[in-house]
Amino acid sequence: MIKLIPRVENSKAMILLSPLLAMTLTALSALIIFIFILDDIKVSSVFFTLFVLPLTDSYLFPELLVKAAPLMIIGLGLSIGFRAGIWNIGAEGQYVIGGIAGGAVGLYFYNVEGFWLLPLMAIASILGGMFYASIAAFLRIRYQVNEILVTLMLTYVAVLFLSAMLQGPLRNPAGFNFPESRIFHDSAMLPIIWEGTRLHIGFIIAIIISLVAWFGIKKHMFGMQIKITGSAPRAAKFAGFNDNKTVLYSLLISGGLAGLAGFFEASGPAGQLTPGLPQFYGFTAIIVAFLARLHPIGILFSSLLIALSYVGGEEVQIEYNLPSSITQIFQGMLLFYFLACDILIKYKVVLNKTKN
Amino acid sequence: MNESLFINIIIGISIASTPLIFAAIGELLVERSGVLNLGVEGMMIVGALLGFIVQFHTGNPFLAVFAALLGGMAISSIFAFLTQFLLTNQVATGLALTLFGLGFSAFAGRGYTEETIVLIKAIHIPVLSDIPFIGPLVFSMNPLVYLAFLMVYLVWWFLFKTKQGLILRSIGDNHDAAHAIGHNVVRYRFMAILFGGAMAGVGGAFLSLVQVPIWGEDMTAGRGWIALGLVVFASWQPFRIILGAILFGGITVLQLHAQGFDIRISAQYLSMLPYLATIIILVSLRIRLKNKTNRTVPNCLGRIFHSTS
Repeated sequence: MIKLIPRVENSKAMILLSPLLAMTLTALSALIIFIFILDDIKVSSVFFTLFVLPLTDSYLFPELLVKAAPLMIIGLGLSIGFRAGIWNIGAEGQYVIGGIAGGAVGLYFYNVEGFWLLPLMAIASILGGMFYASIAAFLRIRYQVNEILVTLMLTYVAVLFLSAMLQGPLRNPAGFNFPESRIFHDSAMLPIIWEGTRLHIGFIIAIIISLVAWFGIKKHMFGMQIKITGSAPRAAKFAGFNDNKTVLYSLLISGGLAGLAGFFEASGPAGQLTPGLPQFYGFTAIIVAFLARLHPIGILFSSLLIALSYVGGEEVQIEYNLPSSITQIFQGMLLFYFLACDILIKYKVVLNKTKN
Repeated sequence: MNESLFINIIIGISIASTPLIFAAIGELLVERSGVLNLGVEGMMIVGALLGFIVQFHTGNPFLAVFAALLGGMAISSIFAFLTQFLLTNQVATGLALTLFGLGFSAFAGRGYTEETIVLIKAIHIPVLSDIPFIGPLVFSMNPLVYLAFLMVYLVWWFLFKTKQGLILRSIGDNHDAAHAIGHNVVRYRFMAILFGGAMAGVGGAFLSLVQVPIWGEDMTAGRGWIALGLVVFASWQPFRIILGAILFGGITVLQLHAQGFDIRISAQYLSMLPYLATIIILVSLRIRLKNKTNRTVPNCLGRIFHSTS
């Protein structure tokens, strides 16, 4: 019999080792899946394309950073709520609304040049995402309605709203009735920071936001508050922390950051609003947040790791005609293994030979 | 109102609400045991795919539904193993299950997106089904619709009329006490989770075997999440699931008919209705309860159990 014995103290080594163990197990599972499904393609070359090429290839590496930026800031926002036990699962919806809001401002000032346009779009997208998340905050505070369900339902609504906008007011007037907006003019596009690639300034902004968040959580009272609300709700109440404020702020922060991520996508690689704006980032960012144990600096790395799986997945789709959904399988698996391995932190696994 | 239109609307509602009944009644039992499984959407899509594949290859609806049931169970066993033996966070594990299920079915079903199957037809009982009005309403539904109602009854009967049901509820309310008097918390919960998976699988299969003869990777379109909302709406009472599901079925049918009548609202806004209705219904439930705490919530819902002895 295998038995779990609680450790007296959490194992420090395992806190670092268990993510590595989870990654190894995911890679092994990937290997087994490939051996089964690949007949005439070499497993090793698919493996190389999926996990190594995005790091070494001069075209794929900047793409990896492009994808990491939205994952990083959405994951960061979610981690703040998750710490306090507030589950904003519908970041995808806030991302879409943010993208629409930012994009709409850009399209309103179509062909108007000006340094102020991008900041204005960014603010619009943040406010859009904040507004959308605030619906869930309001319903939770006022009516104690579960925020998981509200944010999720609103995600489906947001995607339908995007589609309605693209067939209505935001449709390209010269677009042959395709459900797409005009292509943004130069002033509404995020500046490229790596010549010849699609890597835009959003990546730098994402890193700055991460560092600010890390500092904020460490030093600011609100960081303390969410930490305690999540780990010891009763103690938080006795300390006089306002539960409703925690709900409101953490949903506003995560909504605003998800909205900004939508703007990064629309004014970055997409360059217009299309039905393809939702990229599942809002959901994948949940994995990003957990893999990092909700720590801002950890999210820096986990967003890069998940972005790697996105880029690698797209590349094996192009090169070997494998479905890109394989990425999602690996991401789901990685989270499964990660959650499972975490038991090693709090418990010792002992083989109990004597049976009583 | 025109009689045949009325009958069509009722049949439409039954078709739209049945997948929700299956998924929600399964989740209700799971939550009664004190476990929150947010993987319903993932289990449903796997059921939809497996049911479709088996129906496509064998043409045998019994096998197809059974395959969906087993598929839902199989994928829920991952959740059961992780949460019950490795003590993982239920919210995170359930989300992982949904993400994994969506990815897995998109991957495994990529060869079937262009195919069509023979739908499971409504039954026709000679004489009874031919009774005017009553016949088409009561005796000519899809067999799975009857099964859904039967499952609701069975879950109610199990929870409130059997000893095991009582034990399961007590585990959901206080797992430490139940453990102390010798009940096997983990075994009950494991079984409940598998049942929830099986029901979600069948609910998913209803989409691809009864509603439409095709399979698409986004065909559940949030129904798993709506089912989770239904459990809350029903205050964990089995029969109220039917009420909630019919409400949603009604809204779905209304929306389809409105699109047919060429009302000048774009289709997207009408399609938002079921999702918005979920939110409105949850809010109205809280208004009805005022500031009273919901006494029917299983006390240990979502809490991790680990026995030290």
